[in-house]
Amino acid sequence: MKYMLLIYDNAQSRATFLGEQGEELMAEIDAIMQELTESGELVGGDALADPSNTKTIRLVDGVPAITDGPFAEAKEHLGGYLIVDCESVERAAEIARRWPSARFTPLEVRPLMDTSGAEM
Amino acid sequence: MSADPAQVDLLRRLAPRVLGALVRRHRRFDACEDAVQEALLAAAVQWPREGLPQSPQAWLITVASRRLADQQRSDHARRRREDAAAAQVPADEAVAPGPEDEQPPAEDDTLTLLILCCHPALSPASQLALTLRAVGGLTTAEIAGAFLVPEATMAQRISRAKQRLKDIDSPFAMPPEAERAERMRVVLHVLYLIFNEGYIATSGPDLQRSELTREAIRLTRAVHALLPGDGEVAGLLALMLLTDARRPARTRADGTLIALAEQDRGLWNRAYIEEGTALITDALARASLGPYQLQAAIAAVHDEALRAQDTDWQQILALYELLARVAPNPMVTLNHAVAVAMVRGPRAGLDLLATLDADDRMAAHHRLDAVRAHLLEMAGDHGAARDGYRSAARRSTSLPEQRYLEARAARLDPPGQRSVPTAGATD
Repeated sequence: MKYMLLIYDNAQSRATFLGEQGEELMAEIDAIMQELTESGELVGGDALADPSNTKTIRLVDGVPAITDGPFAEAKEHLGGYLIVDCESVERAAEIARRWPSARFTPLEVRPLMDTSGAEM
Repeated sequence: MSADPAQVDLLRRLAPRVLGALVRRHRRFDACEDAVQEALLAAAVQWPREGLPQSPQAWLITVASRRLADQQRSDHARRRREDAAAAQVPADEAVAPGPEDEQPPAEDDTLTLLILCCHPALSPASQLALTLRAVGGLTTAEIAGAFLVPEATMAQRISRAKQRLKDIDSPFAMPPEAERAERMRVVLHVLYLIFNEGYIATSGPDLQRSELTREAIRLTRAVHALLPGDGEVAGLLALMLLTDARRPARTRADGTLIALAEQDRGLWNRAYIEEGTALITDALARASLGPYQLQAAIAAVHDEALRAQDTDWQQILALYELLARVAPNPMVTLNHAVAVAMVRGPRAGLDLLATLDADDRMAAHHRLDAVRAHLLEMAGDHGAARDGYRSAARRSTSLPEQRYLEARAARLDPPGQRSVPTAGATD
């Protein structure tokens, strides 16, 4: 079963990762990524740029309105994601629990939708 | 690679024999498996160009043995040769078979290989992947495509599984008699899982995945040929055939699921139904009863009904009662409840379903909601049925199932109040 780990952060937690502690935290991430690669569970993942780089597109009466942001006013924002293919939701949750950002901001574990299905 | 299907079949059929021959001679399953995979790839490139060698099996054994020797040599010299050039073995030069290569191996190694690849020390995902590669002769790219993961992920899964087998030093031999039944149980389960992965694939993006069904049937046929007296092997093969027979009718062209009762039975694969029915009839008459045989027997009863209303639910109910005794599990209870409802009425079925509410894992399972909704609909409680279908739709992680369940719910919406559902949020 494939799960997406949605990794949230905020201005402060980002700063922490870039600051003094950053190197240690990144080393932890590298170790987990290495483990997931070796176990054949890693499907993909990326970090997202700071939310100030976001464009928001809305259709207003069918006309696209494009605005910059949202900026960092939100309490938390999506900072990155990881997709893993693992035995159980418990295993996916265990990976999330060990992800270093979990000490500062929450992660969500969500199953991916499948295009397969059984008739009933 | 757009290879000739007959050649692909030949390569996949030969793969376990070649690997078996190599492992017998050289031990080191992991290295042999890599060498065989390279030989298969070489054959896929060279045979279409240069023609089929006189003895394809001997050719593969020769080429794989050479790869193995090369590998050992380069290991010794501690240098890596990523050698596209050295990888080219001229077809005629390669075929200088030893006398033993001319003969078919004394015994078929397919079973021994299956048992090794389905070692209980491996995770189910690894068992599936390794079985498809080492016994099925599929490439890592094909397996990755079927399971919709990147090739690197699948390659890693396979190499890790081989490393694990190396670590526990599992011998390449049939396990002692006392362990054989348990090890075979795992093998059959892995074959069943491979089949099911392919069967539940719908259309379009899942095309590669549906090939797994064919692979599972092919491998199970091979096991059945080796163990014709084993009732559960025959039962599993029959179950696969009797289930796969319905595949042409189970979805519309756009991937929409069609319930068993609403399928166009004219589309069912008659040849598979006949073969599966003959297999299961024979097994039930001779072998001791087991869960695969019972499931196959149930599938056979469904398949023999020319119209849904002709289904012999009495017989299906009797079979589920046996199955619930032989191999009780929540999924069996779900289907058992449907059979109870068909024979004794929806309320009796709902009572049986209620026994699953105490089971934490089942209580939140979309299938329990879906079956309950179906029985509530039968009982005429349309409001509760609709809520149940919607709850099941929300919980399902399958897009086609979600669409199907939402459509069932929408059919029960009061007139004039048809909701326009949006993904995720209904009510």
